[in-house]
Amino acid sequence: MDLYTEGNPVTDTRAPDGPIEGRWDSRRFNAKLVNPANRRKLTVIVVGTGLAGGSAAATLAEQGYRVRSYCYQDSPRRAHSIAAQGGINAAKNYRNDGDSVHRLFYDTVKGGDFRSRESNVHRLAEVSVNIIDQCVAQGVPFAREYGGLLDTRSFGGAQVQRTFYARGQTGQQLLLGAYQALERQVGLGNVEMNTRHEMLELIVIDGRARGIVVRDLVTGEITTEFADAVVLASGGYGNVFYLSTNAKGCNVTATWRAHRQGAYFANPCYTQIHPTCIPVSGDHQSKLTLMSESLRNDGRVWVPKAEGDDRDPREIPEDERDYYLERIYPSFGNLVPRDIASRAAKNVCDEGRGVGPTRLGVYLDFADAIQRLGRKSIEAKYGNLFEMYERITGEDPYEVPMRIYPAVHYTMGGLWVDYDLQATIPGLFVIGEANFSDHGANRLGASALMQGLADGYFVLPNTIANYLAAGPFETVEPSHPAAVEARRTVEDRIHRLLSVDGDRTVDSFHRELGQIMWEHCGMERSAAGLRKAVDEIRALREEFWQRVRIVGDADGLNQSLEKAGRVADFFELAELMCIDALHREESCGGHFRAEHQSPDGEAQRDDERFAYVAAWEYGTEQPVLHKEDLKFEYVHPTQRSYK
Amino acid sequence: MNLTLRIWRQTGPEDKGRMVTYPVEDISPDMSFLEMLDVLNERLTLAGEEPVAFDHDCREGICGMCGMMINGNAHGPQRGTTACQLHMRQFTDGETIDIEPWRARAFPVVKDLVVNRNAFDEIIAGGGFVTAPTGSAPEAHAAPVAKADADAAFESAACIGCGACVAACPNGSGMLFTAAKVTQLSLLPQGQPERYTRVIGMVDSHDDAGFGGCTNAGECTVVCPKGIPLHTIGRLNRDYLAATAKHTGRS
Repeated sequence: MDLYTEGNPVTDTRAPDGPIEGRWDSRRFNAKLVNPANRRKLTVIVVGTGLAGGSAAATLAEQGYRVRSYCYQDSPRRAHSIAAQGGINAAKNYRNDGDSVHRLFYDTVKGGDFRSRESNVHRLAEVSVNIIDQCVAQGVPFAREYGGLLDTRSFGGAQVQRTFYARGQTGQQLLLGAYQALERQVGLGNVEMNTRHEMLELIVIDGRARGIVVRDLVTGEITTEFADAVVLASGGYGNVFYLSTNAKGCNVTATWRAHRQGAYFANPCYTQIHPTCIPVSGDHQSKLTLMSESLRNDGRVWVPKAEGDDRDPREIPEDERDYYLERIYPSFGNLVPRDIASRAAKNVCDEGRGVGPTRLGVYLDFADAIQRLGRKSIEAKYGNLFEMYERITGEDPYEVPMRIYPAVHYTMGGLWVDYDLQATIPGLFVIGEANFSDHGANRLGASALMQGLADGYFVLPNTIANYLAAGPFETVEPSHPAAVEARRTVEDRIHRLLSVDGDRTVDSFHRELGQIMWEHCGMERSAAGLRKAVDEIRALREEFWQRVRIVGDADGLNQSLEKAGRVADFFELAELMCIDALHREESCGGHFRAEHQSPDGEAQRDDERFAYVAAWEYGTEQPVLHKEDLKFEYVHPTQRSYK
Repeated sequence: MNLTLRIWRQTGPEDKGRMVTYPVEDISPDMSFLEMLDVLNERLTLAGEEPVAFDHDCREGICGMCGMMINGNAHGPQRGTTACQLHMRQFTDGETIDIEPWRARAFPVVKDLVVNRNAFDEIIAGGGFVTAPTGSAPEAHAAPVAKADADAAFESAACIGCGACVAACPNGSGMLFTAAKVTQLSLLPQGQPERYTRVIGMVDSHDDAGFGGCTNAGECTVVCPKGIPLHTIGRLNRDYLAATAKHTGRS
């Protein structure tokens, strides 16, 4: 293709050989260790304080390393993991319903549409049970049964009840657990916490990641910070679409700057569009709000059978409703995985059967559940979600069915990492949503929290030791040419942004970029659309650098300047996402190419040609594709079926 | 809707600050309050004026980053609702709305509506945790928790750390925030070993950070977007008394 070149394949992922059940043990045993007395001579920078970054920073500090932690928010507790609602998976098999580490592994590989690494996913499933133990010990108030034991529920893509939860605020409670462990280390002086600081560049010296350039968002001061290793836990890039369920500040800058410095970016086109979000209400919309997938346990999804049926939903009789998920997927019903539920919603709306003022919506109806279980029981399970819905829409979901529509929620792609979670730049580790490793082309519900905490509490603290054992590395001064250069790049860019002094706001560009991405790189993609998108993105980026207007200066808090830097990086990422989506001439998971579907409209994979991870290297002219072949020794790839 | 906004503008901690009046037009009742401020900021930017700085992030009422006094109420007129979840249908056409930052000694203003809430992190660092280093945890079912206790712990754990309680308190006290965490952990078996050192550590950090004392005015629970109950402060007081009397030898 004319948009990229192909380089050498990636052949070594550092995953041990042997039976899959023993690989993680073997990796830990063979990893080099750092003597406890030497750990305090080693410094680790951790960027981001969500489930992955918060748990990693706390754990590394507990082990005795010196940790410097950074977040752009005013407190580490604000990181967007806090907004996760539904739950966290773990293979505890407390329900005695046939769950096991192997089944969680199997479900996750299948749910990811056979585009993830078996070794990584198996490790994730193994570690899942330790996470629950750890969180309970911290005082996380999980939901419990009357006997005092932990309650679980089911989630999309699984037929066992393995999801632990804390009402509709599981992410909040898990994050506060990690945050409290982190603050304990701050209090003990083992972690230096830097809030309202944003990483704007990675410093690479002699081929190793040795530090970052940060801007103090309050004073505007730009400094260079050094360490023996750098961990990026900066989250996903869903905000490239402008409208998403991400927090407003979520951005790709940390990982994108690392990518420009040489770290490969893997599978950027794999985007999760979540099926149950509150529909867009108008042009003023600034973000979208998720309604937890757990609602699909009791809510039934439907649209009218007839096109353009404008009646009050309560007046539409049963036989004129189409419970389309139950009809098309009788065995999983309303609990099909997210990618499938989203596309099905899009299809019924495309047929003209969508509901609500914009006709981009479907009903999620609790009338049956309320009748069966009583209003009280529904309130206990979902009360906070129902309230949130009412606040936003002004409608009472106990009385009128909710209206929902898919929205961008999570990005499975991210910086490429090996089995040790190390990027292609030695000393750079990437954890949580910021990496690409465990979810393949589609993430199952309640698995993001599991992965973030697995990486931060249990995986990284073991694997990073193997790297740090070679340290401490030579001390770096801010006057080192590479540090000076990185700092100058940041300062020049800020100066450039401020000096455009044009006539359009940052948000207006971001909104327009989001529209291009949603139209052409959203729920359904085509070669023609993606090519058009690449052209449009390039033109818009050009315009951005000529017309953007930022009022104020760089010497203090300037929220427009912060946004502008993030949007500038989104432009570059957006182009790579479209190129990745264009090159992957198959459909898999969240990546649906109109040209590649089965006769009944399901995603049609091409395992012969595309059973690989697309790891992209930054090129000043064109990106370079490196393929990492995926081998399936335990879960045989099949056409995913939830029927 | 057309509205008149009177917004607190302050260039930095040293600036005295003042209220500035801005008319806004064509506001949709379906907009959130922050989206209404976005509209104003877009207009100010195009006119070459500095947009109003305000904190926000998740915009779904859970991160705790947003917060402002709206017509003298922390987070505005709707009970149990953060500023980001407040929608313009709560206001009427032609209304004048006053918008100010949290005001408390422990929360100095950074700029406009943005304040520094690091003091909350200091309270948590002072003891708001269970010491359970990663890897040391027993099997999760080793200690059952009665559902009533688990539910009550959850109720207190729902605090989002926004600071509305402090802003509403006539004394600028952070006691509801502190008590919510003390209560959560003191209700759970995992929190027992550190129960009394925790409460002393947290209250000391609270006082050191410049918060005022609690006089049970109760304003905090009225504005709390998560409905943290006032009786958590009673529980804190009880634990604090027990701790000072019996467990640390302090008086």
